Amino acid sequence: MRPILMKGHERPLTFLKYNRDGDLLFSCAKDHTPTIWFADNGERLGTYRGHNGAVWTCDVSRDSMRLITGSADQTVKLWNVQKGTQLYTFNFGSPARSVEFAIGDKLAVITTDPFMELTSAIHVKRIAGDSTEQTEESVLVIKGPQGRINRAVWGPLNRTIISAGEDAVIRIWDSETGKLLKESDKESGHKKTITSLTKAADGSHFLSGSLDKSAKLWDTRTLTLIKTYSTERPVNAVAMSPLLDHVVLGGGQDASAVTTTDHRAGKFEAKFYDKILQEEIGGVKGHFGPINALAFNPDGKSFSSGGEDGYMRLHHFDPDYFNIKI
Amino acid sequence: MAAEVMLMNEIEATAAQMGIDMNIDFSSIQLPPGENCGIISDDDDVYHDDQLEFDSGFGNVIVVDNLPVVPREKFEKLEGVIRKIYSQIGVIKEDGLWMPVDPETKKTLGYCFIEYNTPQEAELAKEKTHGYKLDRAHIFAVNMFDDFDKYMKVPDEWAPPEIKPYTPGENLQKWLADEKARDQFVIRAGTDTEVLWNDARQSKTEPVYKRTFWTESFVQWSPMGTYLATVHRQGAAVWGGANTFNRLMRYAHPQVKLIDFSPGEKFLVTYSSHEPSNPRDANRVVINIFDMRTGKVMRDFKGSADEFAVGGAGGVAGNSWPVFRWGGGKEDKYFAKLGKNMISVYETETFSLIDKKSLKVENVVDFSWSPTDPIIALFVPELGGGNQPARVSLVQMPGKEELRQKNLFSISDCKMYWQSNGDYLAVKADRYTKTKKSTYTGFELFRIKERDIPIEVLELDNKNDKIIAFAWEPKGHRFAVIHGDNPRPDVSFYSMRSTHNLGRVAKLTTLKGKQANALFWSPGGRFIVLAGLKGFNGQLEFFNVDELETMATAEHFMATDVEWDPTGRYVATSVTSVHEMENGFNIWSFNGRLLYRILKDHFFQFLWRPRPPSFLTPEKEEEIARNLKKYSKKYEAEDQDVSMLLSEQDREKRRMLKEEWEKWVSEWRRAQEEEKLERQKLRDGEASDEEEEYEAKEVEVEEVLDVSEEVLSFEE
Repeated sequence: MRPILMKGHERPLTFLKYNRDGDLLFSCAKDHTPTIWFADNGERLGTYRGHNGAVWTCDVSRDSMRLITGSADQTVKLWNVQKGTQLYTFNFGSPARSVEFAIGDKLAVITTDPFMELTSAIHVKRIAGDSTEQTEESVLVIKGPQGRINRAVWGPLNRTIISAGEDAVIRIWDSETGKLLKESDKESGHKKTITSLTKAADGSHFLSGSLDKSAKLWDTRTLTLIKTYSTERPVNAVAMSPLLDHVVLGGGQDASAVTTTDHRAGKFEAKFYDKILQEEIGGVKGHFGPINALAFNPDGKSFSSGGEDGYMRLHHFDPDYFNIKI
Repeated sequence: MAAEVMLMNEIEATAAQMGIDMNIDFSSIQLPPGENCGIISDDDDVYHDDQLEFDSGFGNVIVVDNLPVVPREKFEKLEGVIRKIYSQIGVIKEDGLWMPVDPETKKTLGYCFIEYNTPQEAELAKEKTHGYKLDRAHIFAVNMFDDFDKYMKVPDEWAPPEIKPYTPGENLQKWLADEKARDQFVIRAGTDTEVLWNDARQSKTEPVYKRTFWTESFVQWSPMGTYLATVHRQGAAVWGGANTFNRLMRYAHPQVKLIDFSPGEKFLVTYSSHEPSNPRDANRVVINIFDMRTGKVMRDFKGSADEFAVGGAGGVAGNSWPVFRWGGGKEDKYFAKLGKNMISVYETETFSLIDKKSLKVENVVDFSWSPTDPIIALFVPELGGGNQPARVSLVQMPGKEELRQKNLFSISDCKMYWQSNGDYLAVKADRYTKTKKSTYTGFELFRIKERDIPIEVLELDNKNDKIIAFAWEPKGHRFAVIHGDNPRPDVSFYSMRSTHNLGRVAKLTTLKGKQANALFWSPGGRFIVLAGLKGFNGQLEFFNVDELETMATAEHFMATDVEWDPTGRYVATSVTSVHEMENGFNIWSFNGRLLYRILKDHFFQFLWRPRPPSFLTPEKEEEIARNLKKYSKKYEAEDQDVSMLLSEQDREKRRMLKEEWEKWVSEWRRAQEEEKLERQKLRDGEASDEEEEYEAKEVEVEEVLDVSEEVLSFEE
């Protein structure tokens, strides 16, 4: 089926997120306004106005009532999904890079960039059921890793936090005490900045993408490296199909190097790999420039990609896709 | 030594007082990559001898003997004279001139020591002033300080040399006897150098040997593939062997930059260029010619870079490499160097000039050897504003007879291309048009093997076309030319043996508008790859010249290099680190089918291991070609077996992976199941879990929006 081209952002896309039911798609871009779309036909539902800087990330609660967004304007905001109103604003001294609700939506993990004299940090905030009771203070602040932390997500039962970033190391922290529990092996792990990290639908394993031109699949509990997918370009975004054993990698060279490369190179593709055999299945072309964000619809029947070119592309799979045999 | 021990004790005592732990765990210290802090790697120990000289610090000291013996009054005057002589050559260190005085007679002893800043300067001083006549009675005898030690150690009594028992050498050609008739290649990526088999049947490589920091700049195969040369600070080394790569010989040459093998692998030429101490001087060049097997220097050439930079263009620092060009085929009989108004031809029996003098040719700018015969083709440009025409002539060695000469008019530039059997020579001549504003190109084709060497002139159909590339078919009679001015040039094929007229060159075909700027013939002829490198982003066209048809077109994006394997069965295209992205190489079959690709960051070199020429006679080769079906049967059966095995292995591997994955998944399910209750608790008892089947339900909802009553009039 022809992809649906979604124009709504004026600047490069940064993040995409489907809600649990798979009927809504949230997009973040460098143009300050997170946007909500119908995941089926790509129609724009509305925008969330209030941020004053690039929006790096978002997450939506399980009941699709609340949206949390993290921005370079040094704030993290809670929104009412339906009305588009701001519920609360957390202020930080540095840009927020990643946010995620915990299981049960009572906690959120937020990472902030190193900025001025501040080092990067992982914050855990309690999210009140009633937003009028929401408070600013953090339950836990973890400092330690060097450089930007590009992604932090919750481990099983909210007991751990998994973080990854510029120092190419994946770390598992105790979410109660903030103690470092595990670190990925330097030998087998990534060699360059980890740009993205996404959990499997059941949270049992996760996929990390890195500028070292590879993506790796890890066991969430033991941090054992399970698979490695090598590609030819730095990986900016990764996604896993909830339906089939497929992973998707998106990337391209740095934005600064785009102009020096021929787009005919065709490497700005979303590349599909067989999750188990680690073999390339195919690619989906379209973006002019690298892909910055990828997300799979929870039903596994469509996926969307967001590019440096400011466009989003929504792809519904053809029936053939579900019969791919290697 | 005692003082040092004392010192150490003191330090430890002080440390103890201050409570500093002096026990350092050295294994815990990690050096930054690329930094060895002066610690020699395992590999370097082999060069230890050379290293020691530097360690002793006397490499830059010379001893000047046979000085006048002077009393104290004249001491300063003599010192002044010596200083004047020696500071011209290099910078003498402060207090670097020391003339010992006999304590009894208060006279000098007739010798002095001079210390320079660098060993190179010292060596130069030794060379330049050894035998310098200060006056009739005093002829300088100059030696390196380190040499004294060496000569002192020579025992006075002659002892018969120990005869080492003969150990049979390894079979250096073993790789040729590979059961699957595969070829090897070497790649260099990052700090690793690797030799691999090209296992095209299984579409993969098979490792032979790998080593980190094997070479300091590049590697190079010898022309017949026997040796692999590596380049180091201390010199070059060659490697080879039956099953692995052992070091076979080392060739000491500090700061060596370039190396070159003689075609028959008998000799190795090494080149280095040193910064002069005086920046106005040209670089100092040292060239050594080694005997490959013994490692002995057969002859060395030293001089300023200017002496080696006549004629030619490009290369390193204005020199065209190789400076010495080998001639006379695989016998390695002659080598020649271009000089000012002459070509110096040496022969390897005595390593001296043929007839003790160079070949005098006024204003010669370029020359090249026939690949098989001792024939030199040389080019003299136009002189005197066109009064004296440019000239190409063929000279036979060692007799120096001119075989053929051709005068060419209004020439701007000229290039010579030999066919690999030495049958033909093509001279590409760029001529000025009448207005002298632009140039056009024509070819002069020499038939070397025919009587009187007939010459034929070939001009392209459109003679204003620029020539982008030219290449002879190896061992064949055809050549290919890329020509044209527009972004999509044409490619033409010509044959020296047309069907109607054996003595005429004839055009076979012209392919219009190709994205190509380089030509790569298969070593066996017949097939050619038209490649569009650089600006054309790596377009490849595999062309069959016998049938004049394109077999395949392909692209290896950004490809920088194309190389056929020595048998002409496979083609390797690579993207080297001149580009940041896409580094790695592709292996193609001769007809343009991609067999496999390997990506490597910081990819520097890809080189097929050359093969020596076949021992089969041309008749035998022809016979095999005729009965190819008979011979190929065996291999086809083998191929089939391999592919069967391969698919079997593949299935097995996949089954294993799937099984392993299933195991993981069931493990995860179990853990997930165990945590189910707790997860529900976290969600305030909400039962549904993510992993439960997602279902879309269609619900129809009817809502009564409004009810209104209308009275309709009933009409009859």
